[in-house]
Amino acid sequence: MNTNAVSADLPIEFSEVNIDTGGLTILRQISLVIDAGAPTVFIGPNGSGKTTLLRAAMGLIAPSSGRMTWGGYTQSSPLRRAIVFQRPVMLRRSAFGNLHFALGSAGVTRSERQRRANELLSLVDLEGLGGRPARRLSGGEQQRLAIARALAREPRVLFLDEPTASLDPAATRAIEELIRSVSASGVKVVMATHDLGEARRLAGDIVLLHRGTIVERGVVDQFFNSPATEETRRFLAGELLL
Amino acid sequence: MPDNTSAFHLLLTRDPALFSIVGLSLAVSLTATVLASFIGMPLGALVALTRFRGRVFVMVGMNALMGLPPVIVGLAVYLSFSRSGPLGSWGLLFTPSAMVIAQAILVTPIIAALTRQTIEDLWLEYRDEFSAMHIGAFKRISTLLWDGRFSLVTALLAGFGRAAAEVGSIIIVGGNIEGFTRTMTTAIALETSKGNLSLAVGLGVILMGIVVLVSALAWGLRRAGERFAG
Amino acid sequence: MNGLPRSFCIYAFALLIALVGPLSNAAGADRSIVVASTTSTQDSGFFDYILPIAKERTGITVKVIAQGTGQALDTGRRGDADVVFVHAKAAELQFLAEGESLKRYPVMYNDFVLIGPKADPAGVKGSKDIRQALVSIKNKRVPFISRGDRSGTNMAELTLWKESGVDIEQARDPWYKSIGQGMGAALNVASASGAYVLSDRATWVHFKNKGDLDILVQGDKRLFNQYGIMLVNPEKHPTVKKVLGQEFIDYLISPVGQQDIASYKLDGQQLFYPDANDPDA
Repeated sequence: MNTNAVSADLPIEFSEVNIDTGGLTILRQISLVIDAGAPTVFIGPNGSGKTTLLRAAMGLIAPSSGRMTWGGYTQSSPLRRAIVFQRPVMLRRSAFGNLHFALGSAGVTRSERQRRANELLSLVDLEGLGGRPARRLSGGEQQRLAIARALAREPRVLFLDEPTASLDPAATRAIEELIRSVSASGVKVVMATHDLGEARRLAGDIVLLHRGTIVERGVVDQFFNSPATEETRRFLAGELLL
Repeated sequence: MPDNTSAFHLLLTRDPALFSIVGLSLAVSLTATVLASFIGMPLGALVALTRFRGRVFVMVGMNALMGLPPVIVGLAVYLSFSRSGPLGSWGLLFTPSAMVIAQAILVTPIIAALTRQTIEDLWLEYRDEFSAMHIGAFKRISTLLWDGRFSLVTALLAGFGRAAAEVGSIIIVGGNIEGFTRTMTTAIALETSKGNLSLAVGLGVILMGIVVLVSALAWGLRRAGERFAG
Repeated sequence: MNGLPRSFCIYAFALLIALVGPLSNAAGADRSIVVASTTSTQDSGFFDYILPIAKERTGITVKVIAQGTGQALDTGRRGDADVVFVHAKAAELQFLAEGESLKRYPVMYNDFVLIGPKADPAGVKGSKDIRQALVSIKNKRVPFISRGDRSGTNMAELTLWKESGVDIEQARDPWYKSIGQGMGAALNVASASGAYVLSDRATWVHFKNKGDLDILVQGDKRLFNQYGIMLVNPEKHPTVKKVLGQEFIDYLISPVGQQDIASYKLDGQQLFYPDANDPDA
C-alpha cells in the first residue's frame, strides 16, 4: 500500500464538471458538494448519468472540464473509498477467497485476514457461507459479499450503484438494513437508485439527475413533500421525463 | 525390440526397449511443453493486457502459428543445428534436446494463443474491480493467472497433446536413432515401414491411451473449474 | 509485488533445469559416433545384430541415422555424421572424388532378389537372368514398385533396367510406380497391390507382411550388392570424431569383425558376405 498517497475523501466537490466520452456529453455542468453525514442518493431515469456521476465521485473518471476535489485535494488516491458496481464481479474463488483478496490489497497482514474476513461475513449476514465458491451464491448473497468486500478497506465513503436493482423484496430489505447499519457506523454512503421508495427510505439528501444535469437537490423530506421544480414534481408523480 | 512380439507382451514383460521408447516420448513432450509454457504464457498474458500498434497482427499471427506444420519446423531446426548450419557448434542435432526444441516451437503458439484468450476474457471481467480496489500491475497479473488456472492448465494439456502426437518434426531432427531418439510416434513410423504391423498397432494403442488420458484430464479439469468457479 | 523478484528467480531456475536436463544427454555421450547408413541395412536387422557386438568389442556406442543412400551421403557432406556406410559404389566413389572422404573400405555384400506375386503374371519365376526378367515385366506391363529415393537399391534397380536395354523413363507409365520411400515401404505397397519389386534379401527375409509375395528371381551375379564404409573427411569437417570413427571401421574390416558379419543369420540364412580383403570390391 502506498502510504505516501494523499488520501482525503470528504467533502467531495464538483465545480462545473463536464464529462464526455466517445463524443457524447454524459455529464453537463455539474456543481455539487457531498458532505459527511446521512446517505446521499442519486435518482433519475435510465441514462441520466447516475452511474457516471457515482464513478466520477469515486475517482474512476477524470472530468473533461471543470474541477473535482476530495477534502480539498484534486489528486486523491481512493484508498479509503470503495465502490460496489451494479453487477459486482466475484473472483473465481470462495467467499473467503474474495475477502482475503480485498483485505490483502488493503494492506491487512496475513495473520489478521481470517479474523477480519469472519467479522465482515457476519456483518453482512453471510456467516457459514465463507467456504462456498463465490459465484455459486445467490444474487442477493453476492451483493452482500460485494459490500463486505468493499468494507474490507474500511472506507470512509462507500459508493453503491443500484445495489438492489435485480433483487426480490426480501433480499432488498436485507441490503437496505445493511446500508443503514453501515451508514450508522460512520461511513458516508453515496448511492444511485431508480427505486423512489428506496431513495425515500434510505436518503439523507437526494440529487435528481436528468440528461446529465442536476435538476434538483435537497434534504429528503423537503424533496419529496415540496419539490422546488416542475420537472421534479412530474418525476415524483410518475411521469416519464424525456 | 524383438520384432514378432506384440507391444502388450512387451509391456507385460517390462521390455526395457519399449519402456525407454515410452519414457523418452513422455520426457521430450513434457519438457517441450514446460519450455513452451515458460515462453508462451507470459507472452500470451502480455498481449492480452497491453495495447500496442500491430496488436491485431500479433494475435492473428499467434493463431496462425498454431497450425504450423511439424515437418517445416523439423526442417528449419535441422538446418539450424546441422554442423554446416549456424548453430551446428552446439552439437544438438540427432539428440533429444533438438527434439525438445522443435516441439517447443510447435507448442508455444498454442499455449500463447490460449493463454491470451483466457487472460483477455478474464481481464475484461475483472478490470473494473481491479481499478476500484486500486490493485497494482503485478497483483493484477498474478490474480488473472490464478483465477484462470483451470483454463490455463487446459491450454497446457492441449500443448502436450500436440507434442505427444506429432512425428514430423522429431523424426527429422532426432534421426529416429534406436535407444537415443526413438519415440512412440517415430517407432510406429519405422515399424510400419518394416512391415511389423502388429508391433506398430500395439505402440499405437499405447500412444492413444496416453492421448485419451490427457483429454480426460483436460475435461475433468474443465468440470472442476466450472463447479468451483460457478 | 515484493514476492516478484523471488518468484522470478525460481522461474528462471526452473527454465534452466528444463533446458539443461535433456542437453546433458548430448554432452555425456563421449564414446559415441554417428553413422549415416541406409534404411535397407537397418530394416534388414543388421544393425540390431552388429552394434551390440561392436560395442562390446570396441566400447563405442554407434548411433545410426538410416536414410536413402543419397541422403546418407549428403548427411556426410554436411558433416552431421562421422562415418557413412552405404552400398552404391558409384556414388561412394563420387563422394571420394569430392574430397568428402579420404578412403573407401569395402566391407561386405548382400544380394538383391526380384520379388513378385506367387501367381507370377510376368512369367519370370526361376529365371537366371535378371535382364530377361525385367524385359518380360516391361513387355507385359505388370505393376512394378520402385523406391525412387536415390538409395543404393534404387540406383542398382535403375542400372539393371539400363543393362536390360529398357529406357525406363520412356516406358514407365502406368505400370511403374516410384514411391520415394524405403525398402520396407516398397514391400508393403507391393504386397498390397500384387506388384513386382526389387529388394535386398536381408530386408525381404526380415519383412513381416509378405502376403502373397515370394522370391521369383535370384542368384544372378548382377544382383550382388556391395557395401563400402568411409570416414567423413576430418579436414573438411573438424568436428568429425575421426579416432572413434576409424576405430569402428577398423573393427568391421578386421578378421574378428568380418567373422561377426558372416555369423549374422536370419531364419538360418546368412545374409551378408564379408569381403574386406577383396581388392575389386
